[in-house]
Amino acid sequence: MLAEYNAVVPDVAFWIIAVAMGLAAIRVVTTKNIVHAALYLVVVLAGAAALYILLTAEFVGWVQVLVYIGAVVILFLFGIMLTRAPRTDTDLDNNQRWAAAIVALFFMGVLIVLLVDAFGAKHIVLDDNLQASGRLTADFVKHGHNGQVVRPTVGSAIFQQYVLPFEAISMLLLAALVGAVALARRD
Amino acid sequence: MIDYAWVIPLVPAISFVLILFFGKRMKYKGAEIGIAAVGASFVMACIVAGQWIAKFHHAPETGVKAVTHAGLWWQNGGQKITAGIQIDGLAAMMMFVVTLISLLVHIYSTAYMHDDRRYTYYFAALSLFTASMLLLVVADNTLLMLCGWELVGLCSFMLIGHWWEEEPNSNAALKAFFTTRTGDVGLLIGVVLTWFMVKAATGRGSFNIVAVNKAALGGKVSHTLVLVCASGLLIAIIGKSGQFPLHTWLPDAMAGPTPVSALIHAATMVVAGVYLGARLYGIFWSGFSIGHGGVNVMAAIGGITIIIGAVLAFVQRDIKKVLAYSTISQLGYMVMALGVGAWTAAIFHLFTHAFFKALLFLGAGSVSHSGSHHSFDMKEDMGGLRKYMPQTFTTFVIGAIALAGIFPLAGFWSKDEILVTANQGSYDVFLYVGLVGAFLTAAYMTRCVYLTFFGEYRGHGHPHESPPAITVPLWILAFFAVVAGILNAPHVDLFKKWINPSSVVGRTVDPELIHHIFARFTEPTFDTTAATISVLIALVGIAIGALYYFGDKGPHGLTQRSGAAKVGYTFLENKYYLDHLYTDVIVGGVKGPIANASYWVNQHVIDGVVNGAGKGTSLLANFTYDVLDRKVVDGAINETANATGWVGGRFRGLQSGKVQQYALVLFGAVGLASFVLALVYVVS
Amino acid sequence: MMLNQFLILSAFLFCTGIYGVLARRNGVLVLMSVELMLNAVNINLVAFSAFRASVEGQVFALFVITIAAAEVGIGLAIVLLIYRNSRNSDLDNIDQLKG
Repeated sequence: MLAEYNAVVPDVAFWIIAVAMGLAAIRVVTTKNIVHAALYLVVVLAGAAALYILLTAEFVGWVQVLVYIGAVVILFLFGIMLTRAPRTDTDLDNNQRWAAAIVALFFMGVLIVLLVDAFGAKHIVLDDNLQASGRLTADFVKHGHNGQVVRPTVGSAIFQQYVLPFEAISMLLLAALVGAVALARRD
Repeated sequence: MIDYAWVIPLVPAISFVLILFFGKRMKYKGAEIGIAAVGASFVMACIVAGQWIAKFHHAPETGVKAVTHAGLWWQNGGQKITAGIQIDGLAAMMMFVVTLISLLVHIYSTAYMHDDRRYTYYFAALSLFTASMLLLVVADNTLLMLCGWELVGLCSFMLIGHWWEEEPNSNAALKAFFTTRTGDVGLLIGVVLTWFMVKAATGRGSFNIVAVNKAALGGKVSHTLVLVCASGLLIAIIGKSGQFPLHTWLPDAMAGPTPVSALIHAATMVVAGVYLGARLYGIFWSGFSIGHGGVNVMAAIGGITIIIGAVLAFVQRDIKKVLAYSTISQLGYMVMALGVGAWTAAIFHLFTHAFFKALLFLGAGSVSHSGSHHSFDMKEDMGGLRKYMPQTFTTFVIGAIALAGIFPLAGFWSKDEILVTANQGSYDVFLYVGLVGAFLTAAYMTRCVYLTFFGEYRGHGHPHESPPAITVPLWILAFFAVVAGILNAPHVDLFKKWINPSSVVGRTVDPELIHHIFARFTEPTFDTTAATISVLIALVGIAIGALYYFGDKGPHGLTQRSGAAKVGYTFLENKYYLDHLYTDVIVGGVKGPIANASYWVNQHVIDGVVNGAGKGTSLLANFTYDVLDRKVVDGAINETANATGWVGGRFRGLQSGKVQQYALVLFGAVGLASFVLALVYVVS
Repeated sequence: MMLNQFLILSAFLFCTGIYGVLARRNGVLVLMSVELMLNAVNINLVAFSAFRASVEGQVFALFVITIAAAEVGIGLAIVLLIYRNSRNSDLDNIDQLKG
């Protein structure tokens, strides 16, 4: 009974989140009010964060909330204000709307066909069964006191195996910071 | 100390940071930090050199191993890259020279750069310059050398453009940067190839210098690979060490402050190329087959550089440019020496040249600082300074004599050794090139000394002797310029004992490789005849120069009277038009001269042919004009043009300049492509 | 849970993003659409991370988030420059490359 419950709840949660995200995403690209677009974007981003938590990637989920909703959306709002974008309903689209829609739908069709063909019957097996399945990447498996497998953490992966890309990204952030200042300052 | 030699570059590097952050608040605006740091490095370099020499007291005949220490630098993709130090005679000597000259330049600069608006920044850059060069010197692998090399280039850019408010100065800095950067492409290729050379020889890639040299000399690597690697590195040396044809940046680099010129020319920037050549000598040795006599690229480039540099030094009015061309010429000696197998002689010449060239530059700086009111023009603002600046005069003349190679000063011993090796190693051509160079050197230095210190004072300032912060470094350098050569005099032979070519494989004598290297490494024996000849030639050079300038003998006013001489003079004044070649022809594009040339060809050649032929065939032409030309050819051509225009007009709409339209096409195309791929995938 | 429900949601978000990038005139809105696409990629990465029971996917999702932040910073600076030069942030006006 409990196992069944565990199997159904994530699915229900997923579909609620997915429908909300899909609708909000459509509104982001169709709304006539630019501030509303930013607010709909928040819904999409929060939905993505919820999906990460659903997939037991809690850390990524909270980073998503902090960085995206906390910082990126604020940046967008600043951008809207600094460029004095119209806050009322206006036509925000260019004249290739229909061509764009066709390309996007075509793209989606191709993707869905390929995905169904490739991963049609694959299931995601979550946390509880991980140890039994024995598919943990050997590098990150740590053994506790009594020999049981401890779940590897994202942190140790970043700071051990992926420390070089991590440093490269920190350089990239610095460069972006300097670049943004250099681009945007008035002189 | 010798095991901790990595501290030596570290100290000035730390000093750089300290000066940058705290310099302006210090009492002497950061100069004291720089002097203290470089002074400490100098003391440590002396200790290291002493310890290296001490090793020879208890050394077995098989020689002394280089001191190496390395740690993991980084690893990626399973490849471990190490970084470390390799201290041997070569590195110890270089550290001594670099720190000594840098220290003297620091002290000298406190007086010379007094009241400069970027005084603190200047000292910070000097510290970083020293640190980068020392990093290059101690490095035990080519990758670390590359880091030091690039840092040296960066610092020279910063310092040459120190007074960047004036456009020629910032242009000179850019020119130096870009010209050496052209050579650095070669270095990058060479360094990458060193890894693969070791991999080809041992199965495991490495940048380690000893491993690289062993791989190059060991004979397991294909000669093509070694040759390509050697050529790449040679291009780097050509760029960095001002060899023909990339030497044009060096005279322009005189735009920087004079102490910086001294540092660049004597200890840091330009000798980096020669040092690289010496460090990775195994690659050049086997890549260019140096042991086989005859002519090879390296020696040829060195030889050409000796002559063109020395000739250009004659027509300069600017005292610093005379010295700059002299440096080019002397670096030519070093590269030529490497090219003819005279490893020790090249290093020895680097060693002695550092002292007298630094001395000459600092002397020139002293003259401009206190004698000619910040001008470097020998013909307008100098002359007769002997009376006003006796100390500068004496030391400058010592430097000039040492440079000219007069017995028994430093330049004599090192230049002689190069010539003797060229002679005894069946490189006769280069012996003569070297002798001609020696003659020219002596003559242009005579001209330079005459114009600066003799005759009547032509300037408008109030010449006086420079302060002790300037003269004391001059005397110290003059001391070394006199005695440094004794180290390798016959029957002393200390230099070649402490520093010899086997350091390329990490020890003085390596039994495995001995027959590869030493079988043909001719350690020259002192040859009294050759030495006498070279001194005589230099003396003749001085005598002719003296007769021409002091005695007012010889064909004066030749350039006014003789057309040929004037053409030659103009040719030299324009530096063989190399700069014009680079900027007008190569950079400026083909439009100017080539368009003119083709216009000329059009006007004279083609028109002539057409006219001549046209008359004879006009009858036939008239006939064919109507039938063939009008109807067939014209028709075809017009149709082609129309079709092209029509297609262009159609496609013009695509180039709307609207990014999103481009993106639409992009995504549409990607979508179609993936659709086709999916179709193929589903079908198969 | 099926793997595909995540992947197809992600594909949907990605294509919505494509539509936004192609059809929106305002520079800020185009950047928002790019964010939609990047989020779609992240959902893919995390879903595969859960599917393969390894952390690499999450690590790269974090990297993508970081890069997206940098991209928004630079992108908005560019939009700001466009606005300063043409008094609005419409990408239609930027057609100096017209052939």
